[in-house]
Amino acid sequence: MARRLFLDAGSSQAAIRNPFQGRSFMMDLPLAISSLAVCALGLVILYSAADQNMPLLLRQGVRLSVGLLAFVVAAQVAPSTLRMWTPWIFLASVGLLLWVLVDGAVGNGAQRWLDWGVIRFQPSELLKLSVPLMIAWYMHDRALPPTLLNLGVLACIIAVPTLLILRQPDLGTAALVFAAGALTVLLAGVSLRIIAACGVLALGMVPILWNTMLDYQRARVLTFLNPESDPLGAGYNIIQSKIALGSGGLFGRGWLNGTQSHLEFLPERSTDFIFAVMGEEFGLLGLLFLLGLYLVVVGRGLYIAAQAQDNFGRLLAGGLSLTFFLHVFVNAGMVCGLLPVVGVPLPLISLGGTSMVTLMAGLGILTAIHGNRRLLVT
Amino acid sequence: MRRQLQIRDRWEEQRLVISRLVFTAVLVVAMSGVLVWRLFQIQVSHHEVFAELAQGNRMRIEPLAPTRGLIFDRNGQLLAENLPAWELVAIPEEIVDLQASLQALEALELLDPAERGNLVDAVNSHRRFERVVLANLTESQAARFSARRHRFSGIDIREGLIRHYPYGDLTGHSIGYMGSISAGDLERIDRANYAATALIGISGVERSYQEDLHGTVGFRQQLVNAQGRVLVDPAAVGASTDSMPGNLDTRWPVPGKNLVVSLDIELQLAAQMAMEGLRGAAVAIEPATGDVLALVSTPAFDPNRFASGLSYSGYRELETNPDKPLFNRALAGGYPPGSTVKPFLGLAAMNLNALNPDDPTYCAGHYSLPGQTHQYRDWRREGHGLVDLHKAVVESCDVYFYRLAVNMGIDAIDSSLRVFGFGAQTGIDIGGETRGVVPSREWKRNNFPRREDQTWFPGETVISGIGQGYTTATPLQLAHATAVLAAGARLKPRLVVATQTAVSGDVVRIDPVRLDSLPEIDARHWQRIREAMIGVTEDPQGTARLAMLQAPYRVAGKTGTAQVISLAQDEEYDEDALDERLRDHGLFIAFAPADNPTIALAVVVENGGSGSGLPAQAARRILDVYLAAEDYG
Repeated sequence: MARRLFLDAGSSQAAIRNPFQGRSFMMDLPLAISSLAVCALGLVILYSAADQNMPLLLRQGVRLSVGLLAFVVAAQVAPSTLRMWTPWIFLASVGLLLWVLVDGAVGNGAQRWLDWGVIRFQPSELLKLSVPLMIAWYMHDRALPPTLLNLGVLACIIAVPTLLILRQPDLGTAALVFAAGALTVLLAGVSLRIIAACGVLALGMVPILWNTMLDYQRARVLTFLNPESDPLGAGYNIIQSKIALGSGGLFGRGWLNGTQSHLEFLPERSTDFIFAVMGEEFGLLGLLFLLGLYLVVVGRGLYIAAQAQDNFGRLLAGGLSLTFFLHVFVNAGMVCGLLPVVGVPLPLISLGGTSMVTLMAGLGILTAIHGNRRLLVT
Repeated sequence: MRRQLQIRDRWEEQRLVISRLVFTAVLVVAMSGVLVWRLFQIQVSHHEVFAELAQGNRMRIEPLAPTRGLIFDRNGQLLAENLPAWELVAIPEEIVDLQASLQALEALELLDPAERGNLVDAVNSHRRFERVVLANLTESQAARFSARRHRFSGIDIREGLIRHYPYGDLTGHSIGYMGSISAGDLERIDRANYAATALIGISGVERSYQEDLHGTVGFRQQLVNAQGRVLVDPAAVGASTDSMPGNLDTRWPVPGKNLVVSLDIELQLAAQMAMEGLRGAAVAIEPATGDVLALVSTPAFDPNRFASGLSYSGYRELETNPDKPLFNRALAGGYPPGSTVKPFLGLAAMNLNALNPDDPTYCAGHYSLPGQTHQYRDWRREGHGLVDLHKAVVESCDVYFYRLAVNMGIDAIDSSLRVFGFGAQTGIDIGGETRGVVPSREWKRNNFPRREDQTWFPGETVISGIGQGYTTATPLQLAHATAVLAAGARLKPRLVVATQTAVSGDVVRIDPVRLDSLPEIDARHWQRIREAMIGVTEDPQGTARLAMLQAPYRVAGKTGTAQVISLAQDEEYDEDALDERLRDHGLFIAFAPADNPTIALAVVVENGGSGSGLPAQAARRILDVYLAAEDYG
């Protein structure tokens, strides 16, 4: 294929024909099937983890339906339209973060929730979408790789929401929002020298960060390093989840048969530690199957990113896919003791609404990016 | 910002992003690999270990309360024991309607309606799956509940041990009693060791020897879920053993140590009977050891009422009783010692060479400071005539001691009373002791807020000579000081004389503690003052002669009368005209047998009039019992 030079950022619509013209409904089958399979598996596990609590399962079903709606709706929004809205979406989500800090509901020692009567949600979850969106929007008009000045702006886009979420405090979500932004910037082609410099800077930040952390956050890091030191306190979760996973073995104890889970040893077993329930009841094979489904979603997302036709689509699709993967990795890593316990839900499975809906919306955006490819006329 | 026309190589940009996508895809695969490797390790390589641990998880350690040590008197009589009892307990998470349940229990007369609020708080604030003791039941109450148990969801009875004091109100002020563990107690104790313990010593020996009496907690493993709900309890009746893992471990608790106290319960009984119907205190001490033989504070209270869970109204009743049965007069009651202070001052004055005991001085029935007209009166209006030290003690001449006090000066009085233990805690091994007051210039400066009150007046020295004014002493201090007169040495008063390990029965005796505050005192001076005190009970003019008439042993004693109100210059003290609670306090101190003392005592009767009356009579009854018993023993 011949190289073509384009002038400026203005698009030359005239040269492009939309092959999907006339199609009203966008759906990407590999993405939809694999993610729905994950959701279905999630309900099965949740049924067991929540001690066959039907009302709770029904509420999660409602959240799932809202998530599916978000998926379908987001898939119909043309990326160009989305790009237009992006700054407003970003500003709105940061505004909600500020609102939480001023007037949020408090739970587990942190102020994370907005309670609007009918709905109650965590605005910090929205940032996992809006930060990659904003970065993709900002870099869309600019040449890649970003200049130092651009990098400064991108750093602000990432830092402001991250710091606001840290204030709640919610270490896990803050880390994930930061990573979502950083990965998108990485995709934008930041030179390896700058990445190395950031790495050194980050190491330098460690002592400062340590000093600003709250006691419970420090305790989490310390017990992560040596969970046995506090078996009845902060290290309890990790030890119990490892026991749950380990006792599951290769084939698992069978659905509804996990003693760790059902004798209530495992804390947060419907939310952050549901991966351990899966591991106890379905064994390593079950977990490999689940990981496989996740990798299909992520792989499809990265493929869509590679196929995308403008930088907005490429960066956004790549950023969202990698964020999705990071969710899986951080949650699973936490449950099996590779990473600190930072409170990141297992995508599409853990009990909880905001995460479910934003992840689904992200998948919808991927679908839209893929569906709105335009063939270049050469 | 000026927008520059920019040449962009879009192919190059696309290649850059795609290369990064490939790079991150490799990263995704690598990270997934790490995850899978880790899961393989946990779930396959170490499966056996974790499967074993999952079994272990279902065990819970349930603490087992140790049996509290018993308390015996010096002759082996049981003073505190543990009896089986029925506890009415609530299992908070199983209760449907707490208020209704409590109301129904009140209707059965198992609970006191006044307690409802406290019980609701206790049930609502308790830890999950932990039981709350609502009340201790008698056997008939337990039977009444058992018949209706099916009507009460979440209420049950269980067997426990209750502290019981067989001698009831005889030991309330010395052995003390038990009560719920307070927030303050939690600061002091090793919480782990009290995991199964609900009650703690609140006063007396029960409190000060709490650690010895308590013992060491044990544990029993039970099959439970992580929230503590017991699934299988090996100790429960009918538990099938084949469904239990074989390694349920039990470590039995180590019972607390038994204690032997110095009390002689027979003597305690005699002393209590001697004080029957009176407000006051009697303390008897063995001079050679400091052992407290009897410790009475009347009116007494029954410590068993506390052990079985005293209701709020019951407590209010004890608290608001004008006779203050809960107040330990023997340790905390500060009384002006009156004339009982005279032997100590006489001895000190001789030792300081401030007095020749043979020098007579004339008593005209009143005393005035040089240059002042105010008259300090003698209790005998007509006076005692020519008086030496012996006669001054025997007849309790006030004028003699007014002069003596002025000659010594308040500073010497202050320091000489302190060597006998006045003005400071004696250090007895139970709590609640007050220091009493030995006034001095410094004491006045420190204890009066207004400057004009802080000056020491010469007149205050005068009345210090007869133990009036600011001077106060506790009955325990008086008995202790009397024991010092008897033994010529100071031994710290004590109740606990030995501990016994419950299982082995090994008895460890505790050595008496000698206190070194006494100065060198000439043996002749000791002799003089003891003879004068013998005169108090034997001489025809002796103030306690009647009370000790025909005693089969010789007694050295001293009476004392302490004013509750001060009289105006020309006023007469008329006992009958005074309100009962404004009458004088009567005091008596004594040791016997006089030549080889085995007991020293102090008796204080509030508003009891002269010390030669009720207090000396009570002392006689106590001494009779103790010395007669000794003869037969």
